[in-house]
Amino acid sequence: MPPVNYNDAFKDIPGTVVFDATQSRLGYHLNMFCMSLMKAENRAAFKADERLYLQRFAMTDAQREAVLARDYNRMIELGGNIYFLAKIGATDGFSFQNLASKMTGMPEDEYKAMMVGGGRPAQGNRSRTDRSK
Amino acid sequence: MARITAGVATSHIPAVGAAIDLGKTAEPYWQPVFKGYEFSQRWIADQKPDVVILVYNDHASAFSLEIIPTFAIGCAESFAPADEGWGPRPVPAVEGHPELAWHIAQSTILDEFDMTIVNRMDVDHGLTVPLSLMFGQPKAWPCKVIPLAVNVVQYPPPTGNRCWNLGRAIRKAVASFPADLNVMVWGTGGMSHQLQGPRAGLINKEFDKRFLDRLTTDPEQLAQVPHLEYVREAGSEGIELVMWLIMRGALEAKAREVYRFYHVPASNTAVGHIIFENPR
Repeated sequence: MPPVNYNDAFKDIPGTVVFDATQSRLGYHLNMFCMSLMKAENRAAFKADERLYLQRFAMTDAQREAVLARDYNRMIELGGNIYFLAKIGATDGFSFQNLASKMTGMPEDEYKAMMVGGGRPAQGNRSRTDRSK
Repeated sequence: MARITAGVATSHIPAVGAAIDLGKTAEPYWQPVFKGYEFSQRWIADQKPDVVILVYNDHASAFSLEIIPTFAIGCAESFAPADEGWGPRPVPAVEGHPELAWHIAQSTILDEFDMTIVNRMDVDHGLTVPLSLMFGQPKAWPCKVIPLAVNVVQYPPPTGNRCWNLGRAIRKAVASFPADLNVMVWGTGGMSHQLQGPRAGLINKEFDKRFLDRLTTDPEQLAQVPHLEYVREAGSEGIELVMWLIMRGALEAKAREVYRFYHVPASNTAVGHIIFENPR
């Protein structure tokens, strides 16, 4: 087998996007929008008119739609990084656990129960190509 | 001369900070987490460190994507708790130790670590939650703190081996500082957790326990574990564990494990905590 390069090796891990150079370049403006939400006046402006506020940033339309829909998995796919995206969740008044449950597609109480029960096991979740791992 | 007497590693989960700030520590969900730090609070009250070199990662608080330093050392007189979107945590400002921080910056740079020197930086839960866990809720933190921020957000983060070697360089730097100071090094973050995507909620107790064992007995080999293994086994945010190797590298090989605690879950994360003392 040819050697797998550093970034590609992570792509075998299911349900995970590593924030590498490609993602960072794609998501720069999306993440910088999130960063702006660290200021109370920006949070207020965003809440007052989300579409208008998003026009301040050189994001793609697809990124804007993903923000408006609060589709976190799509935002990650489009270059968002979870620590930046969490600022949208905070602006909405949601906990990190709530965001995590949204990304897994589980109701929050079910997700919480999974965590209390020891979390999602590594077994079966290590490799896209070999689910027995 | 200054001496490193002990090392502490702990998770730095934001929800733990919120539980402390909102007075929820006695609730059944949180009680087992805080019970795990009762020994540590008594221990540190006896140890009375003068300075803690606190290794943590910034979570898009002080550093956005504009500037991404791999290793950044805080050389300021003080550091304010960051507003992470909910308002700053109601905890004391963090007092630095500029003289020692600059000494470490100089010594490690001359040892070929390209440190970023930071004179203005707000510190987020990565730094303040460990202080709360170890010291509770004092009016002022009982020691000086030198923040050492490590990039683990933008790939690639530093390798485990680089972190281990930075720890060794910090050990050398502290030993050459001409003041009688009791210095600790803390490594924070982890343990297994994944906060993003459909695999969120991943926990790997076997990996975590083995990591704790190897941190005590076999840290130099542990430092060879590649990033891929952390992400695959311990979740995408489990990569934070490389920061624990800076702490361990700063201690002597025969440092003694004096305490260990492990609990699942706190919010999305496995809580891990370990204390080492250097031989006297």
